[in-house]
Amino acid sequence: MSVFRSIVFSAVLAGAITGAAITGAQMVGTIPLIQKSEVYERKAEAPAPAPTAAAQPAQTHDHGAAASPAHSHEAEWEPAEGLQRNAFTTGANILTAIGFALLLAGIFALRGRVVSWREGLFWGLGGFVVFTAAPGLGLPPELPGMPVADLTLRQTWWIGTACATAAGLGLLVFRKASWAAILGLGLIVLPHLIGAPLAPAGHTDVPEALSHSFVVAAVLTSLLFWALLGVLTSIAFRRISRT
Amino acid sequence: MQQTQTAQISAVTTDVNVVVQAVLAMALGLFIVGVVGFSHISAVHNAAHDTRHANAFPCH
Repeated sequence: MSVFRSIVFSAVLAGAITGAAITGAQMVGTIPLIQKSEVYERKAEAPAPAPTAAAQPAQTHDHGAAASPAHSHEAEWEPAEGLQRNAFTTGANILTAIGFALLLAGIFALRGRVVSWREGLFWGLGGFVVFTAAPGLGLPPELPGMPVADLTLRQTWWIGTACATAAGLGLLVFRKASWAAILGLGLIVLPHLIGAPLAPAGHTDVPEALSHSFVVAAVLTSLLFWALLGVLTSIAFRRISRT
Repeated sequence: MQQTQTAQISAVTTDVNVVVQAVLAMALGLFIVGVVGFSHISAVHNAAHDTRHANAFPCH
């Protein structure tokens, strides 16, 4: 079987199982907290002048304009509460898992030798550091209804941080020289010295305790996601590429 | 002599082939994650809303 097909098949298999399992974990972990938070979000959106937009009329002029379509939930299509919403969440989780599994299986193919499930686990944990821990240090998991900075700025910082952390870890692990250790650590620290885009000072009704629980729940589910994805992708790729 | 060279060349091309296929698959993976987690299209955002928040992808 061609390498590409082996990668895709193993990624789809590992991604489908991981995505489904993680949806189960989210049902008890993050989703109830998101739903609680949306009660506050709707309450804040209900009065005619939105409080966040009224707070900084001059400085966030174009931000307000950019953010408003995303906030007016009534105007755009969104999945119906209950089964439909959960079905879309399951689908999005499975697609995300397949996407990241394609990255992992691609790396396993490049290794050019058999990758054990334990090695797969460590690659998964690397994914956790690159895609959850490092970006989450500057932009912690957030509940709906929290004040946030411009979306594009945050996405740019998030992607930049993930790339720098991946490059930094790669240098630390795969290059033995001292310059690589220094450069690797520097790359990991750099995005945090630049700093994540800060949210404008705004009022939120979302209680502190609720957002704290959400950070813990989101980070733990993500750890489970990456551990499971790393192990399952390595097992699936080993079996499928052998045929 | 010539045989070894041919063998070497074919080994190199296989390696390049593997690298190209692996990189293509990884690009496809990044594209999928990009659409699910980073698209600004409102319908895509709303469909993947709970996943985005749980994965701490930057959200509205």
